[in-house]
Amino acid sequence: MIRFVYVIVSFLVALPAMAEIKIEEVTSPGGIKAWLVDEPSIPFVALEVRFKGGTSLDASGKRGVTNLMVGLLEEGAGEYDAQAFARASESLAAQFGYDSHADAVSISARFLNENRDEAIELLRLSLTQPSFAQQAVDRVRQQVLSGIRSNSKDPDKIAGNRFDALVYGDHPYGSDDSGTISSVTALTREDIMNAHAGAMAKDRVYIAAVGDIRSAEFGLLLDDLLGGLPDTGADMPEKAEFVWSGGVDVVEFDTPQSVAVFGQPGIHRDDPDFFAAYLLNTVLGGGGFESRLMTEVREKRGLTYGVYSYLVLRDLANLYLGSVASANDRISEAIDVIRAEWARISEKGVSEQELTNAKALLTGAYPLRFDGNGSIAKIMVGMQMDAMPIDYIDTRNDKVNIVTLEDVNRVAGELLDPAALKFVIVGKPEGI
Amino acid sequence: MLRNIFLALGAALLVSPAWASDLVTDFTLKNGMEVVVIEDHRAPVVMHMVWYRAGSADEKPGVSGVAHFLEHLLFKGTDKMESGEFSATVAANGGRDNAFTSKDYTAYFQRIAADRLELMMSMEADRMVNIRLSEGDISTERDVIIEERNQRVENNPGALFREQMGAAQYYNHRYGVPIIGWRHEMEKLSLQDSLDFYERFYAPNNAILVVAGDVEPEDVKALANEYYGVLPANSRLLQRERVTEPPQTSARRMTFSDARVSQPYVTRSYLAPERNPGDQEEAAALTLLAEVLGGAQTSVLNQKLQFDRKQAVYSGAWYNGTSLDETTFNLTVAPVPGVSLQEAEDALDEVIAEFLETGVDPDQLDRIKMQLRASQIYARDDVERLANRYGRALTSGLKVPDIQEWPELLQGITGEEIILAARSVFDRKRSVTGWLMTEGEVLK
Repeated sequence: MIRFVYVIVSFLVALPAMAEIKIEEVTSPGGIKAWLVDEPSIPFVALEVRFKGGTSLDASGKRGVTNLMVGLLEEGAGEYDAQAFARASESLAAQFGYDSHADAVSISARFLNENRDEAIELLRLSLTQPSFAQQAVDRVRQQVLSGIRSNSKDPDKIAGNRFDALVYGDHPYGSDDSGTISSVTALTREDIMNAHAGAMAKDRVYIAAVGDIRSAEFGLLLDDLLGGLPDTGADMPEKAEFVWSGGVDVVEFDTPQSVAVFGQPGIHRDDPDFFAAYLLNTVLGGGGFESRLMTEVREKRGLTYGVYSYLVLRDLANLYLGSVASANDRISEAIDVIRAEWARISEKGVSEQELTNAKALLTGAYPLRFDGNGSIAKIMVGMQMDAMPIDYIDTRNDKVNIVTLEDVNRVAGELLDPAALKFVIVGKPEGI
Repeated sequence: MLRNIFLALGAALLVSPAWASDLVTDFTLKNGMEVVVIEDHRAPVVMHMVWYRAGSADEKPGVSGVAHFLEHLLFKGTDKMESGEFSATVAANGGRDNAFTSKDYTAYFQRIAADRLELMMSMEADRMVNIRLSEGDISTERDVIIEERNQRVENNPGALFREQMGAAQYYNHRYGVPIIGWRHEMEKLSLQDSLDFYERFYAPNNAILVVAGDVEPEDVKALANEYYGVLPANSRLLQRERVTEPPQTSARRMTFSDARVSQPYVTRSYLAPERNPGDQEEAAALTLLAEVLGGAQTSVLNQKLQFDRKQAVYSGAWYNGTSLDETTFNLTVAPVPGVSLQEAEDALDEVIAEFLETGVDPDQLDRIKMQLRASQIYARDDVERLANRYGRALTSGLKVPDIQEWPELLQGITGEEIILAARSVFDRKRSVTGWLMTEGEVLK
């Protein structure tokens, strides 16, 4: 049988300082869609496969099951036990990474041209026929439990988990996706197999590849690799509702430096004001050494090594978060300064010069992201998951450049809410 | 052009060792500054780095942390630039900049569009010789590095423990002093301490320029001559004369307890030889030893301790031979609940003893060598890592040919040589064994 591969080519010819990235949309004979950049200069392929849903698909009472399941994908599949699978991938020098987070299960693979078919066959087994042998389950479970215990004494983790719990409540976003000691201890092999069937299906898969491979070959590879997946998986989780209140929440923890996470509700990527908000945040706390928060908290007062703010775009909620760490007797001052900056930029906005600088940084830094096969594949799979058009890369900097000072300063007033700014502090903060 | 022909050969490169050298051009300016250019024309981006042969191990006693402190201070003003203007200019040109300090080097870098390379060079050359610091800069930035120490070390019991282990490993050498500094000395670092370090070490003949990305070597040479080439060499630059260790004749043991520890582990470090110019064989054998013992899923420690004996939740082995002076080889075992640290340490010792008797599994060694060959291909996807590799090696006393011969050297090492190196390094008298414990844990 002849298998046809459909290819749509989008030429993205470029801003002055941007390499031409020629993305092809490939449809396999079996109907699996993917994006490809044929980049022949190095004899390997970087492949990204993502399944939407991720650890938020954990069934009720089974917190941590997706995380454990993904940790087991490389621990035996088909005829291979864990050691045999590892020996096989090491022999091919293929590199497979399996990861999960709140919105996706992600697989990052790199394999050489010279043994591509063998590498893909091995990867296929791990995705479609993982063994989940009880011995492997028990061993990897021990590793996960060790991690959970470590997280329980890590101030950064404690702060992040506490913030999520306060804001998201019972939604999966509200708890650590590794699960708890008791939930992970109780997971069975059957739970893990259910999680696998629910999380890794064709109705939620996104694929991108960059490397030395032609689109026709790639189309056939897609069917070989993913054709055996079930068509549909578990229902997607509900949107997260915030339980919002401002204020300061302190988790007492005996350590010399307090760690704080702070934030407020954020903005959706599809919001027409998204790029205005992105520029606003670049000025406030996202722009590295030049941001207002870094200038005021670190450069002028020496209160911290680093203070940052960032827009968190998740599939089921959007937050505007930040973080800082200061000695227990100085964190109170750091928080006062952050609050004051949040209020100042909300009321008075940014200057023309600050906006110009932020635009220069964002548009100039954008091409820097496309600096390797692996990084380009990651960007392309993310674009598909966010339903961006295939020519997005070509238009993105224009979206930044058309934002006006009025836009940014209007959004500063609308988006930033100093009263809603919530702090979680872990440590022994003085004067809070 | 030869380079392009090479690229077209594709998979054939796998059997062509040292091919990566083909991407690399190196030369020296008249004032003694070394230059390495690594080409990658896939994206119009450049990484511009200046590495100084000056790290924390080059500090005088009493001012620990000054190398790193000075690194922070180089972002303050010069004759031509206001405090903070350096990074602001990089950002305004769409780039990112930072710096890092280690035991043997301090390095500054900018990632930026390739057509801004000249601007980066002009600013980096300026701060090599023209910094202007005030007492105000000193007191605020000293608070920043103390918060950095809080974040990296004081808030992290594992880091506190490693600091104590390092100090116990070296009786005499400055490698025993933390890069960030001992807190009581950091608190007293002065403007003069910083300037002393700057004047002693910051000069073109003590620096290496590494440029990686979408650049032509001839263009880099012309720009480097224009901006760095005009700086006078420091004629009083001294050899890096480091003190050496006396014979180590006593095994050291230490325990460290902290309520913030949740996963106890046992770790041991052995003093180990480093890579030296023209003499890297033993370091190559130790590099492979670390892979054989703890590198991947099928490594010896993993196999025996996690899979067979089921005593460990985690095990590992590390060795980094890129070091100016004697380095360490490290082993670690984190036991599963119910297995004591003593049992974990005994198990580690038994597994190592057995390994020294049975030798290296040839199939495992083949797999490791295959992965090392492949890593030469994967490395081309990340020229910044390649740039770091050159910078680290050249500031650790190696020369460009040593770096380029290294992959081939690794391929030639035999199982017997690995065992020989292991027997030589695993000398308990030159080791420190440490137990990281949670507070209140009983010593069994």
